Amino acid sequence: MATQHSRSAARLMMAPAVTLLLGWMLVPLTMTLYFSFKQYLPMRGGDLGWVGFDNYVRFVSSSAFWPSVQATLVLVGGVLVITVVLGVALALLLDQPMWGQGVVRVLVIAPFFVMPTVSALLWKNMFLDPVNGFFAHILKAVGLAPIEFLSQYSLVSIILIVSWQWLPFATLILLTATQSLDSEQLEAAEMDGARWPSRFIFIILPHLSRAITVVILIQTIFLLGIFAEIFVTTQGSFGTRTLTYLIFQRVLESQNVGLGSAGGVYAIILANIVAIFLMRVVGKNLDA
Amino acid sequence: MGQIQLNKVSKSFGNVEVIPPLDLTIEDGEFVVFVGPSGCGKSTLLRLIAGLEDVSGGHVLIDGRDATETVPAKRGLAMVFQSYALYPHMSVRKNIAFPLRMAGLDKAEQARKVEQAAEVLNLTDYLDRRPGQLSGGQRQRVAIGRAIVREPEAFLFDEPLSNLDAALRVGMRLEISELHKRLKTTMIYVTHDQVEAMTMADKIVVLQAGFIEQVGSPLELYQRPRNVFVAGFIGSPKMNLISGAEAAKHDATTIGIRPEHIGISQTEGTWKGTVGVSEHLGSDTFFHVQCNASPEPITVRATGELSLQYGAEVWLTPRQEHLHRFDENGLRIE
Amino acid sequence: MARAITPRRKALNTAIAWAIGLVIFFPILWVFVLSLKTEGSAILPPLDVLRAPWTFESYGLVQERSNYFRHFSNSVIIAVGSTFLGLLVAVPAAWAMAFVPSKRTKNILLWMLSTKMLPAVGVLYPIYLLFIRMGLLDSRLGLTIVLMLINLPIIVWMLYTYFREIPGEILEAARMDGASLREEVLYVLTPMAIPGMASTVLLNIILAWNEAFWTLNLTAAQAAPLTAFIASYSSPEGLFYAKLSAASVMAIAPILIMGWFSQKQLVRGLTFGAVK
Repeated sequence: MATQHSRSAARLMMAPAVTLLLGWMLVPLTMTLYFSFKQYLPMRGGDLGWVGFDNYVRFVSSSAFWPSVQATLVLVGGVLVITVVLGVALALLLDQPMWGQGVVRVLVIAPFFVMPTVSALLWKNMFLDPVNGFFAHILKAVGLAPIEFLSQYSLVSIILIVSWQWLPFATLILLTATQSLDSEQLEAAEMDGARWPSRFIFIILPHLSRAITVVILIQTIFLLGIFAEIFVTTQGSFGTRTLTYLIFQRVLESQNVGLGSAGGVYAIILANIVAIFLMRVVGKNLDA
Repeated sequence: MGQIQLNKVSKSFGNVEVIPPLDLTIEDGEFVVFVGPSGCGKSTLLRLIAGLEDVSGGHVLIDGRDATETVPAKRGLAMVFQSYALYPHMSVRKNIAFPLRMAGLDKAEQARKVEQAAEVLNLTDYLDRRPGQLSGGQRQRVAIGRAIVREPEAFLFDEPLSNLDAALRVGMRLEISELHKRLKTTMIYVTHDQVEAMTMADKIVVLQAGFIEQVGSPLELYQRPRNVFVAGFIGSPKMNLISGAEAAKHDATTIGIRPEHIGISQTEGTWKGTVGVSEHLGSDTFFHVQCNASPEPITVRATGELSLQYGAEVWLTPRQEHLHRFDENGLRIE
Repeated sequence: MARAITPRRKALNTAIAWAIGLVIFFPILWVFVLSLKTEGSAILPPLDVLRAPWTFESYGLVQERSNYFRHFSNSVIIAVGSTFLGLLVAVPAAWAMAFVPSKRTKNILLWMLSTKMLPAVGVLYPIYLLFIRMGLLDSRLGLTIVLMLINLPIIVWMLYTYFREIPGEILEAARMDGASLREEVLYVLTPMAIPGMASTVLLNIILAWNEAFWTLNLTAAQAAPLTAFIASYSSPEGLFYAKLSAASVMAIAPILIMGWFSQKQLVRGLTFGAVK
């Protein structure tokens, strides 16, 4: 239906967006790659020449690397498990008839709109603080010693904070998916003699599987980049130095740009692996 | 005036030819129905006339003028879409007035014509509602209203009743026929429903795979189908088609006999069979009879009073003067 | 057909759901409570906090201590500016892809999405360096551009999915009704596209308002939006609970309200149309 004329007009209309994104992707990426093969210390001599794959080897062999990978995996994995499991439960609950459904939904979703620095500080000071925090007061009230959450259970605390922020996202998407389930399907299963657990396993979960996949993939991409929550709470200490935070420290704090850039390339590769799976899911949807 | 002529019009999408070159003339004031199974190219043909698709070859003439290169808006045709395609953000009044507004009519004239159309279509009370607040039948009327205010050379209808429920469909069918009688404007109507075609058309065009199988009045098509496809497509319940030995007795590859042209008796007749399912409609009864003459059950129409047991033995007698004969190419033998 | 359930069952659902909803919402509620207390009473045990007198003094003190409204207006300028800049670029692109799709449309869309997946930290130094060279560090302009670029894929995607929902038959009807291309765009397409564009704007303002990687790394005192300003409370000043609470409430309130209006769009925007 489209004529030749409208095609060239379309190309012209897409040009600004495509050019901008292409530039945004290629320029910094090329620079990162360039720096990653250099000994580059802006504060201590600047460009000290090419070093081949030295930075890549040093980044991986540094004593901070494996703990950071571990911290990243625990953080991402922990948050994913909490948000998906609770998200499915909450979605099913919110789909039930009740009074004030709209209000409850608003209450549940609210944390997603709180900016990361606020939610991190809110938890750090008002709830997890060992002297004046809400939990400390409660523990003292029942005669227990207050806990230094952010140093003793640092990673768990951060998982808690991040889960609180992302549970609304998972719930909202899973709720949307739940609502699209044809209730006649469930009634048919009921007529076929399926009790609630069977209906959940054979009808509801398969129906939600796609939404769960999407939640996992999108959250993974965002969670790999978690920064502000660590920046304002532990600054990467007490075993909370994730890969993202490690790279940030190498690049901006210790100004070892070459080393940090090599780390950045690793992070890009890691994110791309997740992204490929996400693209498949999204791409399939485009065809439909 | 609204005479539409198609000269060697063809359409291909890429390498796929959906409409091979065809000729067709639609006379001014005629109600023409394009009918055929889904995918037969009837909607594409309508869109070619509308100008929404470009023809791959041939010419479209409207009132003798070549309109092949004319944009849809300038062809003087109005179209009613399957989805009604009402503008959701405009009131009914604005929807109906839209073509007038595009034509640059002054406000008073617009208002007068909208009121008039609303009167005709019983929409006066709904003029300030949005399409989203209307029922299916009302939306259908708005779409028609939008078409009639333009006073077009011809109306194009693309399966306009397919989104309505059965009862409403019958009502709208009558309304559209009524409208045609009153306006006497050319109407081209696309449907896959042969009942709509039979009841509304002055002239039916039966299409299959882009080919015109037959053009004629409803009765012509019913009484003298040109080939097996038309014979099976037109008429409800369908014509009984029998091939093989029984057809050979009549020097044909296939013979056809309509359900109402078969006599049924419990004592004597040409074909012996057993009664299967019977459908009682009150006025008529349809029996599905299994005979040796045909592998498929034969449908027979009888009066509403006749009642036969499932499995009862009966005799069928086709009335010879209503027997249709077709050759090995499926064409009618006179 | 939804099935009728017993009132008892409904009451049970209600009780459980409200309990969970309040627990999840509680931290926000508590911050609001603390923001209405004096510094001295905000650190007391919870029940004493509730008994302490209510006051608005913290809201005033936040502005006095540091120029709060500068950061607030930075946030507004950056969030709104980046969204409209993005819209300017994205509307033609999404339009073209939705109404004149080609074989490459899908690939272009997916590629745009992939730029969103680029980990920020991987390109932190290059952007930092470029910002220094171009004098954009700690400037609202620089941040507006970066936020526009990181959200551009989402804007294009959302608009694309909205535009695609406009049925082709309606555009054809407009053409049959005699509308020229200009009239078709003006009277039919634009009014139908406005709700989708509004949702897109809403969601992107929220995302830009809350962005906390680039805003923390590319700004200092001058251009810092609220995300960065609040982060400055992370050091000893964080112990001023009442002021921190007041600053936080003011930072999240506008977006919380906008967020409630955009629940549906949130799903569409953040899942790239994969869940509807």
